[in-house]
Amino acid sequence: MGLLSGPETDVAADAGHADPPPRMGFFTDTSVCIGCKACEVACKEWNAIPEDGLDFTGWSYDNTQNLGADSWRHVAFIEQPVTGGADGADGMRWLMSSDVCKHCTHAACLDVCPTGSLFRTEFGTVVVQEDICNGCGYCVPACPYGVIEKREEDGRAWKCTMCYDRIGDGLEPACAKACPTESIQFGPLEELRTRAQTRLAQLHVSGVSDARLYGHDPEDGVGGDGAFFLLLDTPETYGLPPDPVVTTRDLPAMWRHAGIAALTLFGGITAISMFGRHR
Amino acid sequence: MSESVVAKEGVRGQRPGREASPAALRSGRRGGERTVVPDAEFASYYGRPIIKRDPWAASDIAGYFFLGGLAGASSVLAAGADAAGRRHLSTVGKLGALGAVSMSAALLIHDLGVPSRFPNMLRVFKPTSPMSMGSWILAVYGPSAGFAALSHVTRLFPRLGATSTSLAALTGPAVATYTAVLLADTAVPAWHEAYRELPFVFAGSSMCAATGMALTVLSPARHGSVRATAFAGGLLELAAARRMRRNLGFLAEPYARGRAGLLTRASEALTLLGALTAPAVRTRRAGFLCGGALLLGSALTRFAVLEAGRASADDPKYTVLPQRHRKEAETREEATPEMIVPTGLS
Amino acid sequence: MDLRRWPVYRQLTGTDRLGRGAAARSAETERLAPRTAAADRVVKSVCPYCAVGCAQNVYVKDERVVQIEGDPDSPVSRGRLCPKGSASLQLTTGPAREHRVLYRRPRSGHWEELDLATAMDMVADRVIATREATWQATLKDEDDEVSVRRTLGIASLGGATLDNEENYLIKKLFTALGVVQVENQARLCHSSTVAGLGTSFGRGGATMFLQDLQHSDCIVVQGSNFAEAHPVGFQWVMEAKARGATIIHVDPRFTRTSALADLHVPLRAGSDIAFLGGIINHVLRNDAYFHDYVVNYTNAATILNEDFRDAEDLDGVFSGLDREHCAYSFDTWQYEGMGGPGTVAASGDRDEEYEERTRKIRESGRGESHGAGGPSIGEGVPPVDPTLQHPRCVFQVLKRHYARYTPEMVQRVCGVPPEMFAKVCDALVRNSGPDRTSAFAYAVGWTQHTVGSQYIRTASILQLLLGNVGRPGGGIQALRGHASIQGSSDIPTLFDLLPGYIPMPHAHAHQNLDAFIAADASSKGYWGNMRAYVVSLLKAWWGDAARPENDFCFGHLPRLTGDHSTYETVLAQLEGVCKGYFLLGENPAVGSANSRMQRLGMAELDWLVVRDFSLIESATWWKDGPEIETGEMRTREVETEVFFFPAAAHTEKSGSFTNTNRWLQWHHRAVEPSGDARSDLWFMYHLGRIIREKLAGSTAGRDRPVLDLTWDYPVEGPLDEPSAEAVLAEVNGFGPGGTHLATSSELRDDGTTSCGCWIYCGVYKDGVNQAARKKPGSEQSWIAPEWAWAWPENRRILYNRASAAPDGTPWSSRKALVWWDAEAGRWTGHDVPDFKSDMPPSYRPDADATGPMGLSGTDPFILQADGKGWLFAPSGLVDGPLPTHYEPQESPFDNPLYGQRRNPVRQIHSHPLNRYHPSGSEPGSEVFPYTVTTYRLTEHFTAGGMSRWSPYLSELQPEAFCEVSPELAAERRLEHGGWATVVTARNAIEVRVLVTERVRPLRLNGQVVHQIGLPYHWGPNGYSTGDAANELASVSLDPNVHIQEVKAFSADIRPGRRPRGAALTSLVREYRERAGITASTGTEV
Repeated sequence: MGLLSGPETDVAADAGHADPPPRMGFFTDTSVCIGCKACEVACKEWNAIPEDGLDFTGWSYDNTQNLGADSWRHVAFIEQPVTGGADGADGMRWLMSSDVCKHCTHAACLDVCPTGSLFRTEFGTVVVQEDICNGCGYCVPACPYGVIEKREEDGRAWKCTMCYDRIGDGLEPACAKACPTESIQFGPLEELRTRAQTRLAQLHVSGVSDARLYGHDPEDGVGGDGAFFLLLDTPETYGLPPDPVVTTRDLPAMWRHAGIAALTLFGGITAISMFGRHR
Repeated sequence: MSESVVAKEGVRGQRPGREASPAALRSGRRGGERTVVPDAEFASYYGRPIIKRDPWAASDIAGYFFLGGLAGASSVLAAGADAAGRRHLSTVGKLGALGAVSMSAALLIHDLGVPSRFPNMLRVFKPTSPMSMGSWILAVYGPSAGFAALSHVTRLFPRLGATSTSLAALTGPAVATYTAVLLADTAVPAWHEAYRELPFVFAGSSMCAATGMALTVLSPARHGSVRATAFAGGLLELAAARRMRRNLGFLAEPYARGRAGLLTRASEALTLLGALTAPAVRTRRAGFLCGGALLLGSALTRFAVLEAGRASADDPKYTVLPQRHRKEAETREEATPEMIVPTGLS
Repeated sequence: MDLRRWPVYRQLTGTDRLGRGAAARSAETERLAPRTAAADRVVKSVCPYCAVGCAQNVYVKDERVVQIEGDPDSPVSRGRLCPKGSASLQLTTGPAREHRVLYRRPRSGHWEELDLATAMDMVADRVIATREATWQATLKDEDDEVSVRRTLGIASLGGATLDNEENYLIKKLFTALGVVQVENQARLCHSSTVAGLGTSFGRGGATMFLQDLQHSDCIVVQGSNFAEAHPVGFQWVMEAKARGATIIHVDPRFTRTSALADLHVPLRAGSDIAFLGGIINHVLRNDAYFHDYVVNYTNAATILNEDFRDAEDLDGVFSGLDREHCAYSFDTWQYEGMGGPGTVAASGDRDEEYEERTRKIRESGRGESHGAGGPSIGEGVPPVDPTLQHPRCVFQVLKRHYARYTPEMVQRVCGVPPEMFAKVCDALVRNSGPDRTSAFAYAVGWTQHTVGSQYIRTASILQLLLGNVGRPGGGIQALRGHASIQGSSDIPTLFDLLPGYIPMPHAHAHQNLDAFIAADASSKGYWGNMRAYVVSLLKAWWGDAARPENDFCFGHLPRLTGDHSTYETVLAQLEGVCKGYFLLGENPAVGSANSRMQRLGMAELDWLVVRDFSLIESATWWKDGPEIETGEMRTREVETEVFFFPAAAHTEKSGSFTNTNRWLQWHHRAVEPSGDARSDLWFMYHLGRIIREKLAGSTAGRDRPVLDLTWDYPVEGPLDEPSAEAVLAEVNGFGPGGTHLATSSELRDDGTTSCGCWIYCGVYKDGVNQAARKKPGSEQSWIAPEWAWAWPENRRILYNRASAAPDGTPWSSRKALVWWDAEAGRWTGHDVPDFKSDMPPSYRPDADATGPMGLSGTDPFILQADGKGWLFAPSGLVDGPLPTHYEPQESPFDNPLYGQRRNPVRQIHSHPLNRYHPSGSEPGSEVFPYTVTTYRLTEHFTAGGMSRWSPYLSELQPEAFCEVSPELAAERRLEHGGWATVVTARNAIEVRVLVTERVRPLRLNGQVVHQIGLPYHWGPNGYSTGDAANELASVSLDPNVHIQEVKAFSADIRPGRRPRGAALTSLVREYRERAGITASTGTEV
C-alpha cells in the first residue's frame, strides 16, 4: 500500500475507518450511453445544485460544457466522422459519455485540503464537508481532472459526493438510479472492475476495437479511480487527461527540495552576515 | 437473431441491456497505433482546458507569497544582524518581518471564500497539504516574529526576545520557501514540473526582497552584509529560474509567452539590476533605487510564476502532450528523460 | 470547547494519522441522512411527461413533496427516469408555477387577480350565455330539417396530459352542453395511428407493449427518435440488442437513436411509404412472406369487386375519385359480393346524393372511429381463393400495386442506395417467420403527414405479410408522446368520437339509435355488440332519464355536420363563429401548425380559459405575442377576456394515465394543491355543478341533456375534490343492482347495464381499482399481468391468437404466447388470450351466425368484421384501400412514382394566413428549395409548457436551433453557432445554427436534397425562449383524421437574425410574391 501513490488495497481503512464497508464506485460504460442527461438532472434534483447558465455552445448537444461546482455530472458529445467505418456506422459515430468526479484512490484535492473539509468516507469516496470548507480554493488546481470548483455565490468548493447521504442509507446515487440504459453502474468497486473487463472483452469480440477502460487500473498515477469508464476513443477526445498522476506523489521530493532551499536561504544570509562581522 | 426464447414453460436467454454492442459503436480507425513523438495535433474536447486554473485573486496570493518571503528572509537577516551587533539592521528586519507577515496573513484571509472560517486552517495537521503545513509554520513563525519585534523595540524580556528572534530565523526560511511547494503540489503543469527549482527561485527572491527593503530604508553606512546578501540572493534566484526553465523543456513555454513572459522578463531584469548594483551602492539614493528594484523584482517573480501556471492550465496541450508522451514512453521501454520534451514543440 | 472534538486530537489518538478520513469528519457529516429517509410517506405515482408511463415514488415530508424518483417496481421503467422525469420535482414544486387565478379584461394590458369562486362563476355565466347565443337546434340540409342540438360557439382543446377521469368529465359535460369542438393533443400527434392500426387490425392502439421488444429478433425504428423521445422505453431495445437482435434506424437525421443502432438509413423526409412499399415488394417478389399466416389470418385470399381499379391502372389514384369534391366513393373498393360502406355510412338514405354523402363522411373523420373495432364491410361472406392465385384476390392486387416500388425506385424517391436498402430487407426477412419475429417502432415521424394514416397502414401490411402481429417480440409499437394521449383517445376528448371509439353521431347519416347502430356496427366480431356499448354509455351519462322509449337519450347527443377538428375550430374563431375557448393543458400558440393563425384566431374570441402550470404563450399572446411586436395586433384592441386557472400537478391529484402499452396506471395524490391550483377533475365537476345550478328549472329543450346528466360524484378533502375512483367506477360500469362489471361481454343493450367506456370495462372489476395494482415486475413474468390494467380485458399483446398456428399450437417453440389447451377446452398461455377463451380452433360459424360467434376459430382479429388482418382496406379510410406514395403538400419533387403528385383527397385550407408553396416542377418552388422536418429533443417536452420553465431542463438545451449539413451551411453561408432565419409563406423564425454531419444532403433523382432539422419546443415565454418552429408550418391535413403535416414541408434558410416589427411581415410577403403564391397555389387535386 502507498499512502501518497501506487496501489492501495484498503483506502478507507488507511483513512482510519474501522472495518469499513466495501469500496463503492461508478463504472460508466459510455458504449451504452444515449446522452439523455438524466444523470445531470437527477443529480441536480437530489443535491439541489444551482442551474449552471443558459449557454448555447454548438458543441453538438453539450451545453453543460464541463464538470464544476454546479454540474456534478456532465455528458460529453463527440460527433466523429468514421473513415471506412463498419457497416451501419454510416460514416459517423456519435460518442456520448457521462463524466463525473473520479473519487481517486489518491485524491489530490483531498490531500491538499488544509481544513479537512475534503475527506475520505468509509465507502472510499471523496467528499467535501460544506460545514468546514473555508473556500481556500487549493483543491481546484490540485485536481488532475479539473473536476472540483469553487462556487462564486457561496465561496465554497463543490463536487460529486457519490450521493454520500444516499449510499449511507443503502440507496444508489441519483444519477445511477435514473440512468435509462445502465450506462452508469454503481456498486462495490471490485465487482465493477470485473464486470468492466468482461464488458471490454465482449465489445472487442463484437468488433468495437477502440473500446478501452479508463481509470480502472490500481497501478496508474492516481492508484485507480473510484469512478472509472469504458471509452470508445482516446481519453483526451472526451476531455480527460491521458495519464493523470496525483501531484502529491512527488510531495516528499518537493518538501526535500524546499528544505534544502530553506537551508540555503538561512545558511546564505547567516554566513554572509557572519563573514561581514569579521571584517 | 436473438438468444431470447419465449417457450411454453417461460422465457429463456435474458440479458441486461447494458451488454448491448450496436454496430454503430464501431470505428473505421483501428485503435492503438501511435507515432513515436505525439503530434501537436491532438484531439481535445472542443479545445477546452482539462484542468481548472486556480480561483485565487492574483494580488492576494502572489502578494501573500511575496510578503511571506520578505518576512521570512528578514527574520533571518535580523537574527544575523543581532549576532553581528547591527541594531538598525535588526530593527528593520524584525519590524519588516512583523509588518510583512501580518499583511500576508491578511491577504490570505481576504482570498478565502469564507474568511470567517480561517481558523479551520488549524483544524487538522496535514503533512500532505502544503497549505496546512504553511498554516502551522505561520502559527509558529508569526508569534515569534511578532514577539521578537516587540521585545526589540520595547527592550523588554530580552532573553525571550532572543529566543523568539532565533525561532523566527529558523522558521522564516520555511515561510519563504513552502509557498513554492504550495504551487508545485498541484496538477498545474508549469508549477508541478518545476517543483525541484521553484523553492530555490523563491528562496533567492526572498533574499532579494529582504535585502531590498533594508537597502531602501537604511543609510549606506548601516548596510553591512546586506549588499553582499542581495547580490547572492539575486544570483541564486536567476540561476534557479534559468535551470528551472531548462528542465521544464516544452513546459517552459508558458513562462516565456504572453503576460507571464512579460512579467518574467521584467522581474528578472529588475532582479539582475538590483543584484549587480547592490554591492556598489554608496549613497542613500542609490540604495533606495537598488532596493526598490530588488523588492519589485521579487514581487513580480511571484506574479510571473502565478501567470505562467495559469497559462499552462488553460491550454489542454500542456496537460495532454506530456502525459501522452510519458504514457507512450512507458509502453515503449526505451524512454529517456529528454524525450519528455516533444521535439516539435520545445 | 471539547479538545476531543478537535480533529488534530483525533489524528494523534486515532488511526487516521494523516487526517484524511475518520479524524476529519465534521458535525454535519455525523448527522448526515438522506431526506428520503426522513419522509413521512412515499406515494406511488406516474411520470407526467411521455407515454412510457414510468412509475415514480413521491416522498412527502410535512405535506410538502421533497423528492421524486423512479419506482423500481415498475415492469416498464424499472425505476429509471429520463431528464424530464428526473426534473418532475422542479416541475411540481418549482417557482415557475402560478398559484393564483388571473383575469384579463377586454382591451386591458395587464392581468388582475381574481378570486377562484368568482372566476368559476364568471366562466359558468359565459358558457351559458355563449351557448344560448350560438345554439343550433336544427339545420336545414338537403331540403329537410335535421336535429343537431349543439353549439359551435364554444370549443375545448387539451386532455392528453390529463387523467382518464378528467377526460371523461370533459367529454361528458361538454357533450351534454352540446359542445362538439372538443379536441386534444391526440389530434396533432397520433390520430392517424388510430385510423391506420384500427383499419388494419381492429384496434387503434399499439399491438405490443414496450417490454416485449426484448424478444424481437429485429427492431426497425422508423418515424421515431426512440432513444431521445422515449429514453426509458429504449432500455427494451437495448435489451433486445444485448440478446443479438438487429436494430435499424430509418430517419432523415443521425440521432441519439442512430448512435445506438446497428444500421442508420438516412432517407428523405416524407418518403417512408415508398421505402416500406419497396420492402413489401421485396417480400412479395421473393416469396419471403409467412405463407400460412398470410393465408389464414389476413384478407390476402379475399376476392375484390371487379370494378376496383388500382393506382397502377389510374396513374396514382384509385377508382371512385371525384376530382371536383376531392373525394373518393368507396363502392368499388369492396370485397366481391358485399354491400359497400355506402350502405353503412348512409344508413338507409341509399338514394342520398353521393357527393354530399361522401363529403360529409370524409370530413367527419370516420377513420378514427376504428380505434376499437374495424370498419364494417356490409353483409355476406366474400369469396376467397386460398391458393392466392385469383387475379382479383387481395394478394395479387397487392403484388401488382407494389411491383413498381423497386430498389431503384426507392433510391429515386427516398435517396437510399440499393445496397443499404437490401440490408434492411434482408434483416427483416431473415428475422421473421415461424421462429423469429420483428417489430416496428414508430411515432409522429409517421403520423404527421397528409398521408399519415397510410404510413401506418404500410407498416401494418408489411408486418402482416411477415407474420409479425400478435406474437412475442413482434408487432407495431406506436410510441405515444403524452402521459395519457392513449387515454384521451380511448376516452376521447376528440370531436368525432364517443368513449371506446364509438363514432359521434352524424346529423345526416343517423336519425335514431337503431339507424346509428345499423350504420356502424358490423354483423360479425365483437363490434357486433356495438348496441350494448352505446346503450350502456348513454345509461352512464343520463342514468334513469335514459329509457328504451326515449332511445336511451340518444337524442341528447349533439350531431356532427363535418369536420369540427381543432384546425377547423381556428378557422371558426377567425370567422367569429367560435367565441369561447377552453385550453386544458395544451399550448396551441406554440404546439399547433401555423401558430400565428392560432393566435390570431384566439384574438377573435369573446373569452378564453387557460388552465396550465405557468403563463404559457397561449395565455399571454394578447400582451407579448409575436403579433404585438409586428404590430398586427394591438393589446388595447383585443376584446378577448382571458381567464388563467393554475392547474394541479400529477402529485396533487389521483387518477389514471393510459400509457403507450395501453396500461391504465393509477397515480395517487401525494399532497393537496396550493393556492388556487386545482385538478381539471375539480374544474370540470364544479363548472358542471354551477352551470346545472344556474340552469335548474329551465324548460328549454337544449338544457335537458345538462339537467338529466348524472353529475353527482362524491367530493372529498378540504378542496371538495371529486373522487376520481368514483369516476373510474362509472367508466368501468355497473350491472343490475350496482355491481361493478368485470368484462365488456357483460354489457347489455336493454339498459340494465351502464358503462362509461366499454373498452375500459373491467378496470374496476370486483370494486377493486385494477389500475392501481403495483405488484413488482421482478415478481412476475415479462407480461406483468398484475401491474396496472391494460385494455382490453388486461390483454398485453393484442391479437395474440395469431401467435398460434390455425390448429392452436404455437408456431414455434421459440415464440409461444397463447395456445389451445385441448383437455381444458380453452385458450391458455402467458398472456390473457385476445380471443373467445373457449372457442376451439376448429370452430366454424354457420352462415347466419353473428357477433363474436360469427367469426371462426382461426380468426385472430376479433374486432374486424371478417376476423382478418387487412392487407387491403375495403373501407375505413377515405384516401385509398392501399397505401401509395404521394409527395408531401410542399415538396421539392414531383412524384417519381405516378403522375399524381399529392394525396388527391388531402385536406387543405388555403387562407390568407395559410398559403401553400409551389412544389416540384411548379414555377416558384425554387424560392423554398429545402425540406424542413420538425421534432423533439430529450431535454424538452412538446410545446415546452412542462420544460421551458424548468432551469434544469432549459440549461441542457437553452436555445432554439436548427440542424444543417456542412454542405448546406456552405451553400447558404450559415455560421456554426451563429443565427439563421428560416422562411416560409406563413412566417419566418430565427434560430441558432448547429452545423453537423448528422444531417447529410441526399442525392436522389439526379438532385441534391438539403434537409433542415428544427426542434419545435420553443416559444417567447418561459426560462428558455426562442421562436416556434410551428410558425412556419402550414395547415395541410390527413383527410382521415385531420392531422397536420409538420414532418416535411419546404422552406428557405438565410444567415442572420430575422427582421423585427413590420419588417418581418414584409419579408414574408416579399417571399410569397417572389414565389408567385396565390390562393390556389398547392391546392390542385
